[in-house]
Amino acid sequence: MNTPNTLTVKNLKTHFFTKAGVVKAVDDVSFSVKPGEILGLVGESGSGKTVTGFSLIGLVDEPGRVVGGSILLNGDDLARKNEKQWRELRGKKIAMIFQDPMMTLNPVLRIDTQMIEAIQAHEDISKQSARQRCREALVRVGIASPDERLASYPHQFSGGMRQRVAIAIALLHEPDLIIADEPTTALDVTIQAQILYEVRKLCSETGMSLIWITHDLAVISGLADRIAVMYAGRIVEQGSIDEVLDAPLHPYTKGLIESVPSRNKRGAKLYQIPGMTPSLLNLPAGCAFSSRCSAKQSDCLVATPEITQLGEERQVRCFHPVKQEEMA
Amino acid sequence: MTIETSLKPPRKQLFSGDTPMSRFLSEFVESKVAVAAALLLFTIIMAALFAPWITPQNPYDLAQVSVLDARMEPGEQSFDGYTFWLGTDGAGRDLFSAILYGLRISLSVGVTSGIIALVIGMSVGLIAAYVGGRTETFIMRIVDLQLSFPASLVALMLLALMGKGVDKIILALVVAQWAYYARTVRGTALVERGKEYVEAVTCLGLSHARVLFLHIMPNCLPPLIVVGTVQTAHAIALEATLSFLGVGLPQTEPSLGLLIANGFEYVISGKYWISIFPGIALLITVVSINLVGDQLRDVLNPRLRK
Repeated sequence: MNTPNTLTVKNLKTHFFTKAGVVKAVDDVSFSVKPGEILGLVGESGSGKTVTGFSLIGLVDEPGRVVGGSILLNGDDLARKNEKQWRELRGKKIAMIFQDPMMTLNPVLRIDTQMIEAIQAHEDISKQSARQRCREALVRVGIASPDERLASYPHQFSGGMRQRVAIAIALLHEPDLIIADEPTTALDVTIQAQILYEVRKLCSETGMSLIWITHDLAVISGLADRIAVMYAGRIVEQGSIDEVLDAPLHPYTKGLIESVPSRNKRGAKLYQIPGMTPSLLNLPAGCAFSSRCSAKQSDCLVATPEITQLGEERQVRCFHPVKQEEMA
Repeated sequence: MTIETSLKPPRKQLFSGDTPMSRFLSEFVESKVAVAAALLLFTIIMAALFAPWITPQNPYDLAQVSVLDARMEPGEQSFDGYTFWLGTDGAGRDLFSAILYGLRISLSVGVTSGIIALVIGMSVGLIAAYVGGRTETFIMRIVDLQLSFPASLVALMLLALMGKGVDKIILALVVAQWAYYARTVRGTALVERGKEYVEAVTCLGLSHARVLFLHIMPNCLPPLIVVGTVQTAHAIALEATLSFLGVGLPQTEPSLGLLIANGFEYVISGKYWISIFPGIALLITVVSINLVGDQLRDVLNPRLRK
């Protein structure tokens, strides 16, 4: 039960220092991932989930910077690494899978060149044994006739195949942590299901941790063990997937779940969270969600709610959490 | 009518297969003019390469050249019965041989300076685009400054300072041309750098040099190849200009430009061939390189693709 966490993020703050002011894209975010566990990081566009992912791999673009907090990967604080140490970690201990598989492979290089390059960046290994490793990685993600595929160029692959290759590249060094930034968004649903199945299997087989960044609750519900919901740079609710989806405590999570179309509610008007994500440049005083919240009260406009710990893993950041009988 | 066209058998592909090279070749051969130009260029290069074996005389071996044969008209015969098809120049050298030897020098100077300028310009442009910030501004302002002077003026000034010589003219041509490559590459590299695959390989922990030269550089090559061919043609023409003006190559290493210059004084007295034939050779070379370059641009530019 008490396995040490692969990743522990504490009070992470990533701010962007723009001309118009400081944008707190990630503000006081804390979460942890255990070995073999899949954490779903959910939120709308601009909620800071991608920036969180990039902070974890040390690739926040200018003018952004990690300004506070700690990122512990197996007890090693990444927030204090310099560029050279980061480069040794990237690909080796932490890997990333991107959204659009059409864009993430170099169009002019063959798959084997790209994969062998990725291995040789971290290991002093002969081309033959590197190629063997590439073959195994391709087989592991369910690609048939790997030899033929290795000699192909990215344009000869379909979208699903390319994403498999991208996953295979991420797996080459058996990293402790993989950050996947909406990797199935660009794929059609059947391919999506296959990829999700493979990823689940790989996580439980190898014991690597996975952070799956997405806005698709349907994908997350079938994949993740735990879920963290982000809003305006903060985690507003966190907990096991069943708890959070069955009994959301934060009004925002509840709104998100209710906006998923379902067959049971066919013909009925789909719920929509009113308003828009506030600009991170000038967040209102008090709770960032207050302007769109149906349950807001006067105290929501004054103070920012702190995290309330409920049970071992359950957290919510709200003064007036949803009472369960309200959920129809 | 529409049915008829759709029933046409697919055009036979000379080069099939799916590697980028074979696709490139099959698209290149679509233009007859470009293929003819490429063949012509190939012939010219071969003729220049093997000049010592195919020319009837070595025009710079004094033992083989007789002043008695000087200024002979095209088609005239020498005393020992040899026909000068393109005539002879003021020193009695066979023009056909002189042109092939001249081509050797013109081509090698043009290509060498082109390659050196390409390597320097490409590296500088890539680094500017990748590093960004002040380094980029600094490099690109130097490029702007350089490009604000005409290439021939820059080369002239340098040669006036350094004197004659093959190495010096190559250096002058490199200095006059690297900026074109740098600007082209920087533009493409900026686009490539913003693409997701660069971010993806950065996430794999590759070093900056590998990201830059293994991943970004190959993606910048297509426009560079086009600029390279056009600039090589420019380099050859520029070298001819400089040699014609007397600041380029020494008399001992006569390029086409020098041959034209040597024959210039005879043009007025009606001995047109001494200048005209090297001029035509230069023209054909430059035009065929440019035609090949045009087709390369059409094939390599995705926006012009059908």
